Amino acid sequence: MTTTPILPKLVGQRVKRREDPRLIQGRATYVDDVTLPGMQHLFFKRSDIAHGRIRRIDASAAQAMEGVEAVFTGAEIAELLGPMPIGTPYSSPAHRAVAVDVVRYVGDPVAVVVARDRYVARDAADAIVVDYEPLPAVVDPELAMKGQPTVIHPEFPNNLAVALVPSGTGVDAAGKVDDSAIDKAFAAAEVVISQRMVNQRLAPCAIEPRGVVAHYELGKGSMTIWSSTQNPHILRTFIAALNGLGQDQVRAIAPEVGGGFGSKINIYAEDYVASAISKRLGVPVKWIEDRSEAFVATTHGRDILGYVDLAAKRDGTVLGLKLRLIADVGAYNMLLTAAIPTLTLLMANATYRIPAVRATLTEVFTNKTPTDAYRGAGRPEATYFVERAMDMLAQELKMDPADVRRRNFIQPHEFPFTTQTGAVYDSGDYEKALNTALEAAGWDRLKAERDAARAQGRLVGLGLSMYVEVCGLGPSSSLPTGGWEHGQVTIERDGRISATTGASPHGQGNETTFAQMLADQFGVPIEHVTIHHGDTAVVKQGVGTFGSRSQAVGGTALHMAGGKVKTKMARFAAALLEAHEADLVFENGRIAVKGAPASAKSFAEVAAFAYVPVPLPEGLEPGLSEEAFFEPANNTYPFGCHISMIEIDRDTGEPTLLKLVAVDDAGNLINPLIVEGQIHGGLAQGIGQALVEEVVYGEDGQLLTGSFMDYALPRATDFPRFELHGCVTPTPVNPLGAKGVGEAGTLGSTPCVVAAAVDALSGFGVRHIDLMLRPEKLWRIIHGGQA
Amino acid sequence: MIPTPFDYARATSLDDAVAKLKASGGRAKLIAGGHSLVPLMKFRLSEPAALIDIARIPGLSGIREQEGRIHIGAGTVHHDVASSALLRDKCPVVADTAAQIGDPQVRHRGTLGGSLAHADPAADYPAVVLALDADIHLKGPKGWRVVKASDFFKDLFTVDMEADEIIVSVQFAPVRAAAYAKLHQRASRYAIVGVAAALDVSGGRVESARVGLTGAGSHATRLTAVEQALAGQPLTPAAIGAAAERAGAGLTHVNADIHASEDYRRAMVPVFTRRALEGALRRATASTAGRQRSGPSSSGTRWR
Repeated sequence: MTTTPILPKLVGQRVKRREDPRLIQGRATYVDDVTLPGMQHLFFKRSDIAHGRIRRIDASAAQAMEGVEAVFTGAEIAELLGPMPIGTPYSSPAHRAVAVDVVRYVGDPVAVVVARDRYVARDAADAIVVDYEPLPAVVDPELAMKGQPTVIHPEFPNNLAVALVPSGTGVDAAGKVDDSAIDKAFAAAEVVISQRMVNQRLAPCAIEPRGVVAHYELGKGSMTIWSSTQNPHILRTFIAALNGLGQDQVRAIAPEVGGGFGSKINIYAEDYVASAISKRLGVPVKWIEDRSEAFVATTHGRDILGYVDLAAKRDGTVLGLKLRLIADVGAYNMLLTAAIPTLTLLMANATYRIPAVRATLTEVFTNKTPTDAYRGAGRPEATYFVERAMDMLAQELKMDPADVRRRNFIQPHEFPFTTQTGAVYDSGDYEKALNTALEAAGWDRLKAERDAARAQGRLVGLGLSMYVEVCGLGPSSSLPTGGWEHGQVTIERDGRISATTGASPHGQGNETTFAQMLADQFGVPIEHVTIHHGDTAVVKQGVGTFGSRSQAVGGTALHMAGGKVKTKMARFAAALLEAHEADLVFENGRIAVKGAPASAKSFAEVAAFAYVPVPLPEGLEPGLSEEAFFEPANNTYPFGCHISMIEIDRDTGEPTLLKLVAVDDAGNLINPLIVEGQIHGGLAQGIGQALVEEVVYGEDGQLLTGSFMDYALPRATDFPRFELHGCVTPTPVNPLGAKGVGEAGTLGSTPCVVAAAVDALSGFGVRHIDLMLRPEKLWRIIHGGQA
Repeated sequence: MIPTPFDYARATSLDDAVAKLKASGGRAKLIAGGHSLVPLMKFRLSEPAALIDIARIPGLSGIREQEGRIHIGAGTVHHDVASSALLRDKCPVVADTAAQIGDPQVRHRGTLGGSLAHADPAADYPAVVLALDADIHLKGPKGWRVVKASDFFKDLFTVDMEADEIIVSVQFAPVRAAAYAKLHQRASRYAIVGVAAALDVSGGRVESARVGLTGAGSHATRLTAVEQALAGQPLTPAAIGAAAERAGAGLTHVNADIHASEDYRRAMVPVFTRRALEGALRRATASTAGRQRSGPSSSGTRWR
């Protein structure tokens, strides 16, 4: 009889991240650690003006420098590469990887140097002379919409990247608009809140900037590309397409990736150019982005202007919402640029039963770095606009911000709930999240503390925000890449488990969470499970990691593949044990007949038999490896409530965050420790958006926040201890019941911090403060007369 | 983020550094911690043909007391200043200021001499050396030279130094009743406005005061109107408040950028002057009541 205790179940446990020791000890391989014999280095000469016509490029001096292999201008790159692909259904201007005749933002590449090392390449770039005819810079999106001061892409009049997308009540599938319901809602309103709101532009600032190594092997006629990407399979698709290769001829590898926050979904000019130059010259080439480049060459996020009108009754019941969105998308459409603000449209209903919603979206080109996904990607913007309006309604009606929300929640029995803008919320209990947060924060006590502080002349405020976001992206109908994920589980000959996932983690901890799941599924120690990812030669298929989808979609695919292998393994074990499959138990790394533990065969024994099956059980093929594609029927809709308390220095306007309470409901949790880490990171970035982060351009289109000397990121010392609380409403969309949590922290935190600041300054008659909360801005509100 | 090519030499002694500097004929720059110079080189805003590394010259770093004055070697890194027991005891304002520079990495590399020689308009140290009426000891081919802090800062990134001179040390009489208060620029952590105040106190009165301002203008300056207003005044919050009101009134050029407009900076000068003076007052009171724990001065910026 074995006395071994049964292995504890790991799902739901705070298992420490298995990937961390190598990451924090400098033992991980990032793109810049990849070095190949004969490798050449690229440096991109970039435009230092926002808008201009290239009259002439003289690269002769650069070409003559010792160690310079070649210089390619935009026209020469255009001979190697077609325009870069776009992943959205919107028509887009042809976007050359290197500008051919016009530069359209500071940082737009104009030439590429290939040299023996990055130092020579950098020096040679300075020797390239570009003669520009400057054109007026288009910086203000609302002027840009009128074609002022000029038009960036002639085929897009008035700089309208997407002229107008209507959504919501009275808009049919063909886009035909009937205003009667929304007009009726506003006609019946006893109070209307109207506000223009800015959700400012942010720089994603992953700790590892981008980088690429491309190696076209002339002998094999195939390409290997290492890139700091969130989705190596999508990278492979497009690198193959633009280089005239089959997908079988390209191997894409995402080695260790030091964060992405959505900015590494896009396949960038540098990826395409590196691959094309390697193919052209027959040598491996490397490009590593430096931090200054990252500020101009990696996509930005947010930058949506919202005109919000909220119609309500005086008891706080919301009757209607109009949301007119203007997204400043920068100079070009990148892979998902045009689609990101449509998520703001989709989520306009927020957590409320708003009976009439009219949301419209216009996307505008400006002479700035293009935008694309950034943690939250469209949903923080929707949350911000609606939650700020709810606060203004509460303020107008002198209601508690919690009460005005409570009056309008979608109720638990109404799920699945189809919103006015077409989202189908899977499950939710918003009032529970609100009540949990109010209780955890001690809302009434905090109000008393605030009032006591105010009585002493201190400027203290409280803010609250609900959120719901769309995660677990998403059915294939909503994603041109396909909305599934792939997983494969193999029981190796020694009984250990190898699994591959098409999700490509870059900080999410899936090597741990997926191993927890499989260890439980098979009843083996987690040390016997290895998760492989990020290499298209190892991972057969995949979509990638974005939209908080890894666990909900990728985790489910692995769970399904694991189930298939387990079934097959049981058949081999049944043959070995001369038992019926249904009578077997998987436990402690062994398979036994129920009630007869002495009979147990180890995983190694069953695997050995499966790979050398003598005799082969009837109806079975040898081996233990199965795969699965999981196609979710719907997205998931995690939700929560964030509460903050802030104090503003009366003399200086400096805000201090005193308290942050977050209740996040992401469905079932695989690993609460990792979930909390994800929420901490999301909160940090959401609070960062509220308090310190902002990309600023000058009127001439020059980037004024081009380094960490001017672009602030929040620091640990800027935060109080985050108080996290759970609330679990499983999703019916996948068998794990998991919704996704990667982005959640960014949603509620920004509006609740702004709400707290507005509350703190309410004595000065302020109803709304635009992001971000610069001390000077707050000081001007306090010292209006003196300012 | 790659500088233009440059030659590099390590100086073995002060004389060696001076000789190398002179020999370079103005082509070389000194490097110690490199935390002002290297970023400029990476952006190619500074392209020196050669660097002379003075970081390992024996005796160039260290903090000691000699004949009632504090000597801080120019090569002393901010972290060592911030954690100096001698300074914490005798002249805590210097340690407090060093502790507010940049971040831990910067504080372990950046040096006092480098900060002063670079004279960034928003650097912290210049305000403090002004308030302490420090002497800046330089060595050049012609020998030693001593410049008063109040004569040292001339203009934007411009100080009273010849191209072949090296800052060797900063020397001052320690003042316990002194404090530094700073409005941080939230990205760089430089001072939008930084004020250092030092009080000479006798019999419950301010005998004399010195107040140094950084961040507001092209270079650090003394706030003489505040100093004059305080002289002879009782050691009270009211007197301090009244004097602080005068801060910055006569400033002609005030900086403006995306972080702070001219108006805002002007308004912050009296605020941080008052805070620095309040910090100095607290220390003056604590000194008379017996030495107390010398924590960081109140900068008034609670969330930093």
